[in-house]
Amino acid sequence: MSKWEDNKAWFLVLPVFLVVAFSAIIPLMTVVNYSVQDILGPGDRVFVGDEWYRDVLTDFRLHEALWRQIVYSFCVLAIEVPLGIGVALTLPKKGWGVSACLVLLALPLLIPWNVVGTIWVVFSRPDIGLTGVTLNNLFGIPYNFTANPVHSWLTVLIMDVWHWTPLVILLCYAGLRAIPEAYYQAAKIDGASRFAVFRYIQLPKMRGVLLIAVLLRFMDSFMIYTEPFVLTGGGPGNSTTFLSQYLTKMAVGQFDLGPAAAFSLVYFLIILLFSYIFYTVISSFDKGEA
Amino acid sequence: MAFSLSNVDKIVGKETYLKNVSLTFESGSQNVILGRTLAGKTTLLRIMAGLDKPTKGKLMENGADVTGVSVRKRSVAMVYQQFVNYPSLSVYANIASPLRLAGMAKAEVDRRVRETAAMLHIEPLLNRLPAELSGGQQQRTAIARALVKDAQLLLLDEPLVNLDYKLREELRVELQQIFKARDSIVVYTTTEPTEALMLGGNIVVMHEGRVLQSGPTAEVYHNPASISVAAVFSDPPINRIETRVKGGFAELGRILSVPLDGHLTGLPEGDYIFGVRSNHLFLNRQHERDIKITAKVELAEINGSETFIHVIYNGAPLVVQEEGIHQRKLGSEIDIYVRARKFYIFDAKGPLVRAPRIEAA
Repeated sequence: MSKWEDNKAWFLVLPVFLVVAFSAIIPLMTVVNYSVQDILGPGDRVFVGDEWYRDVLTDFRLHEALWRQIVYSFCVLAIEVPLGIGVALTLPKKGWGVSACLVLLALPLLIPWNVVGTIWVVFSRPDIGLTGVTLNNLFGIPYNFTANPVHSWLTVLIMDVWHWTPLVILLCYAGLRAIPEAYYQAAKIDGASRFAVFRYIQLPKMRGVLLIAVLLRFMDSFMIYTEPFVLTGGGPGNSTTFLSQYLTKMAVGQFDLGPAAAFSLVYFLIILLFSYIFYTVISSFDKGEA
Repeated sequence: MAFSLSNVDKIVGKETYLKNVSLTFESGSQNVILGRTLAGKTTLLRIMAGLDKPTKGKLMENGADVTGVSVRKRSVAMVYQQFVNYPSLSVYANIASPLRLAGMAKAEVDRRVRETAAMLHIEPLLNRLPAELSGGQQQRTAIARALVKDAQLLLLDEPLVNLDYKLREELRVELQQIFKARDSIVVYTTTEPTEALMLGGNIVVMHEGRVLQSGPTAEVYHNPASISVAAVFSDPPINRIETRVKGGFAELGRILSVPLDGHLTGLPEGDYIFGVRSNHLFLNRQHERDIKITAKVELAEINGSETFIHVIYNGAPLVVQEEGIHQRKLGSEIDIYVRARKFYIFDAKGPLVRAPRIEAA
């Protein structure tokens, strides 16, 4: 009997195919379907080919949103990763302080995203918010995040740092705790400086968790929606309209399903591409990890 | 150089890790610290290195007090149970790291790194990263890092424990050669009596934070000061047979009388513990004067080319070590043979009363 004749094993893989089909492929194909048709009404549709794609790719407001998004994600990573590493290095290593710090740090992670937005709205309002009033009345800075695009940007960024740096800290802390004490002793015996210990022991040993932290923070920040939606609603003007918000405006606000679907796919491909680049670049540095 | 510890205690919280440890080490000596887990071996090494401070007592280096002097100012190198290397540095940079930190000239660093790498047979691996090496090669790199700086005190904390049997044997032989050629003080901890015997030199037997006995390794092996030393320095632990000596006879396990002759002649009456190592118990009569006892089989464990048969003799456990593979039915009564001239006689309280004569071969 040739080895190709007995194909019963395929039945065992079938459930996985079904699950993947229902969870990923069918929804994705619906979007693909919308992206190449103009839906005029129920049961009334026209095939339009790549028209929506051309529309979307030449839409200058989308380009703006994309650049805004890239700058935003870059800022998020540039602040949260070093800050996370820094805080993780200063956390206590034993005693009651460990659990106290970890619980306090994890608190922002436990708050639902729209609540985070609401908290920051209340916190930042120039008329009643703690920060708003303090900045305006105590320091005389005319802070108003609903009117000034720079203030609005900074507020969204600081909110993200407050919300998500704890995740980076927790990951780095776990990475640091996994380094055997013997490494520090060996470095001490060698006479290595504090910086050398960080550069040659802690950083290389944290590479694995840092890769995960960067990927998670990149993907999450690149898809950010809820918090700025609640906080600024994308404004003032379009100054804090990121990709997700623009997409939602298109699909829900204007009910342009075709362009929104085409945009979704482009968006998905961009995230996939960036994640792939990040992963390859970082894991090529990653060989030294024991 | 001479290095000594006097009356060193280490107490953390309510836990006593070391109690009244006094030892002296001379330059060019190889010293093995033998003890089971939790005997205080690692604590002792850390204190010697200056990584930890003793709670009480003094460390002296050539007569100068170095208690509490930071490890950075001392001439110490250490190898650990785990394979500790800088993960992002090549093998070359790893070995060179202590020299570079000490600010040595480049050419000299290069010469020493290559020389040490050659000694440990890792020359072809100099450009690799530690993660690209096998466990044995990683530990060779870590040992090279410790050797390269020619420290006066070379401490090795169970360096071969995480390696497989073959590599362990191989590296053990090489290390012994390397240590012999150096004039630093080598201190090597282990839990295995066989390893201690192979490395030779001097031995310190530790148990529960105390030094039980120290001296030349072979001498301590043949004349353990007490039943505890004999137990730590035998694998499996030395067999004990409670014995009463009365009227010119020794009553083994209080049931079998044997005449007192050989090194037992003239043993005063009283209660003793007769100790005999497992390799002096046999399944078959080897010698006409071996004593036959009957015992019940509890367990037969085959370990490589040896068999350990655990038996109960008059309520007390004994282990017979035999070359080759032997099967014995569990629960059956078997005859085993004890070589009487190999008995160690301990007082009922523990100290050695008489040791067997050392015979050639």
